[in-house]
Parts: sequence; C-alpha cells; structure tokens
Amino acid sequence: MTGAFSVNGLSHSYGERRALDNVSFDVAPGKFCALLGPNGAGKSTLFSRLTRLITGEPAQISIAGVDFEKTPRQALARMGIVFQQSTLDLDLTVFQNLTYFAALHGISARDARPRIIAALERLDMAERAHEKARALNGGHRRRTEIARALLHRPQVLLLDEATVGLDTATREQITAHLHRLCDEDGLTVLWATHLTDEIALDDQVVILHRGKVLADASARDIAGAGDLRTAFLAMTGAEAATGSSAGGVL
Amino acid sequence: MNPYLTAMQAIIWREGLRFVHQRERFVAALVRPLVWLVVFAAGFRAALGLSITPPYQTYISYEIYIIPGLCGMVILFNGMQSSLSLVYDREMGSMRLLLTSPLPRWWLLISKLLGSSAISLVQVYVFLALAAAFGVTMPPMGYVAVFPALMLVGLMLGSLGLFLSSLIRQLENFAGVMNFVIFPMFFLSSALYPLWKMAESSQVLFEICSYNPFTQAVELIRFALYGEFNAIAFGWVVLATLVFVVLAAWGYDPSRGIKQNSN
Repeated sequence: MTGAFSVNGLSHSYGERRALDNVSFDVAPGKFCALLGPNGAGKSTLFSRLTRLITGEPAQISIAGVDFEKTPRQALARMGIVFQQSTLDLDLTVFQNLTYFAALHGISARDARPRIIAALERLDMAERAHEKARALNGGHRRRTEIARALLHRPQVLLLDEATVGLDTATREQITAHLHRLCDEDGLTVLWATHLTDEIALDDQVVILHRGKVLADASARDIAGAGDLRTAFLAMTGAEAATGSSAGGVL
Repeated sequence: MNPYLTAMQAIIWREGLRFVHQRERFVAALVRPLVWLVVFAAGFRAALGLSITPPYQTYISYEIYIIPGLCGMVILFNGMQSSLSLVYDREMGSMRLLLTSPLPRWWLLISKLLGSSAISLVQVYVFLALAAAFGVTMPPMGYVAVFPALMLVGLMLGSLGLFLSSLIRQLENFAGVMNFVIFPMFFLSSALYPLWKMAESSQVLFEICSYNPFTQAVELIRFALYGEFNAIAFGWVVLATLVFVVLAAWGYDPSRGIKQNSN
C-alpha cells in the first residue's frame, strides 16, 4: 500500500451475488486513474465502499496514507467525491450549496467564502454563484459539484461517471480540468467511466469487469498497437459492446 | 468555531431554509389543527362530556382539552414530513453528501433532529397564537413552561421519523406510514378524548392508548401548559426518544447500506 490511493483485497457481495471479487490496485500521487468498466461491472459498488456508504467484508484501503478501515472519518476528510447522481440542493444557490458542504466538513462560512470564490472562478462559474442550482444546466451543475468536492482541499478526488448525460464539449472541458488539477496541484483522481474517449494515453487504467480487475496499466500499454476502445471491448466481450447488462455502453 | 457546531448550525439552517421554501407545508401544518379546533371541536363539544381531571382545576371546554393534542399533531406531522424529506433526499442522492461527511454520523443525525424539532416549535407557537386569536387561551406562563416539553416531544417524534425513513426504501411507501403510524398514534391517544372515556368502551384499547408514547407526549404538553410537570409522561417520552434514536442510528448504520441499486 504505497500510493496516494490503495485498495487491496476488496470483495463485496449482495446476498449470493458477488459484486466485487478481490479488487486490488494502487494509484500514485498526482495520477489520473480511470476505472473503466461496462455498466454492472461493480464500479458503483466500489464507490459506495470507498465512500463508506456501505460497509462489508474487510479489506485494506488506504487514502493518502490513512487506513480507511481503522480511521474512516480521517480518510473521508482527505477525499473529495462527485457522485453519478447529482447531490445539489436545487432550491439553494450555488454559493449556498457550497457553504453547506463546507460546513459538513467543519469549515465555517467565513473561512469557506474565499475558497468558494476561488473554486468557482477556476471553473468559470463565479458569475453564477448566486443562481439557484435548479437554473443551471447539466454541465454547470457538474462543475459546481467538482468545485464543491475540492473545497476542503482533498488529496484524492473520486468521481463516479461524472460526465453522464453531458455533451462532448462539456465532457472534454471537465476531463481537461481534472487532468490539469493532477498535473498542477498533485491531486490524485479516480475517475469511474464506461467511456474510453475520456481517457488520455498517459492515464492509468483499471479495467473492472464482473467485479474483477482485468487489467491495471497505462492506457498506452493496454491499447498496444490498436486503440483503447478496441482493447477494452476485446477484454470485456460482446456484453460491453452491446451494453446488454444494464444499458448503453460506449 | 468548532467543526461540530459549524456542521450542526448548517444542517439546522438548511432545514429552516427548506421549510421557508415550502410555504404550502407551513399553511397545511396550521390549517390541519385549526380545522380540528374550529370545526371538529364544535361538533364534538356536545357529544363529549368532560369531567375535571388533572391538570384542570375546573370544567373546561372541549377546545381547551384538545389544544395539547393538536400541538402534538403538529409535531407528529412535522416529524413525519421530515422523514418524508429524508426518503426524498435519499432517492435524489443528496443524502450521500451528509453521510460522507467526516463528522460522526450520529452527530449529523442529531443535528438533523434538532433542525426538525426547531421547525416543529415554530409551527406549534404559531398555532397556539392562532388558537388564542380564536379565543382558546392557556395560562400565560404555560406558553413558556411548555417550551421544553415541546422540544422533547419534537425530538421523540423526529427520531421516530428518522428511524422510519431508514426503513422506507421508496417514496411511494410513505402512504403506509400515514396509515400505520400517524393515524393509529394519533387516534389511540389522549389527544382527542380523555383515556377514561376510552376505558368505558374498551379496556384493551385503553391499555394500548396508555402505552402509546404519543399519549404520554400529549400529557407532557398538557401538564406543561398549566405549569405542571408530569414525571411519568416525561419518563415515557425520554425513554421512547432514546429507543427511537438508537433505532435510527441502527437504521443509518453503513453496514445496512443506503443504496438504491446494487450496481
């Protein structure tokens, strides 16, 4: 367990069904790691375990050097999370949403204010600070959530299918921004997705399929002579190509 | 400020804002007991004879009798309303934000409880003011003495709502809560009729009513409105609050999971 983020021997079952089977991988500090898998691969279960929304069979998980099993709250404090489903309060303004989140991390409104302004400016959202979340489009809501997830200055950022439903341009802007955060700020990003075009060649890729890790290497190495999409389809089979397990893929 | 207090303040503030945004909820919360007070009580006054029972020193009108029960009703509905909003939060995903905070989950749940109790208090005092405007008044000191009783009852019914929200998996199931929790709790209590009246018709129902925590909550409020302390009711309400808080903490334990899907 050496990386900014380490998972070792993580398994999870829902009754008889095994959703995660001995999942292990390390992510180095400042690295962008894509957790790639078709729908139903176990990505959401992995996220729920990593964010402690559910607990289960013991495993070794370390977040920025903190043992997640022993001191989960310290680990959560070092982690920023963007869930697949929006978690904004639509009746509150962008600024109020961020202030509320900061308070849940124990940051007072006075201390949070400059952080919120800086975070929103960085994502070109400053002029929307006092708009209600309901008035924002999908892309701006996502940006607000990313800005929010970084307010407490986490060392690791987890995003679960954060670009679902967004147009290509917005998706590119968001992934580019996150890559910049890795390069410039040393943030470690775990990005769950089923879309190979969101992954850069230098990114680490962990391919998850039916709860198991099929590959853990750089996108360049996994793609080999071809492209990542072809390699991913070859590994996960026709199931991923047709999206037959639980909806559209790729 | 202490991080715990910062979070608590924010959770209470958000509950308050949510309440302010839902004006219909406030109106409904006031209209409901007022309909009972003005319409129902008028019809029942003739049918129900009330004897002098503590804390009353003299014959009282039926309107006076049902005021504590209607205060309880306001709090009961508010507790269930906040339970409904928690189920909604969970379905919409915003509950995850709360549950992934690094602060202890029990602290966050207690903050949530305090927020919903504070809203109950505001509603009850507005209702008492409206009742006074209709000529149904309590002893002046009673309005002050009842404050801690209302707060405690708010915590009891809020924690019951919290526990129920952890059990209800889907919003649609909330109708069941109305049928199986709110109505039995309210009608099998001393809110609308004194328990000795119930004993006259059925001893079994009387026993059930006596053990109903809502009866004890109503009695605690009733005595407090006359500046008296009902120790038995207080003990029952404290006990029920503790049981519901423990159950709610169990309900929100991460090992039970709060996910909606198993992907």
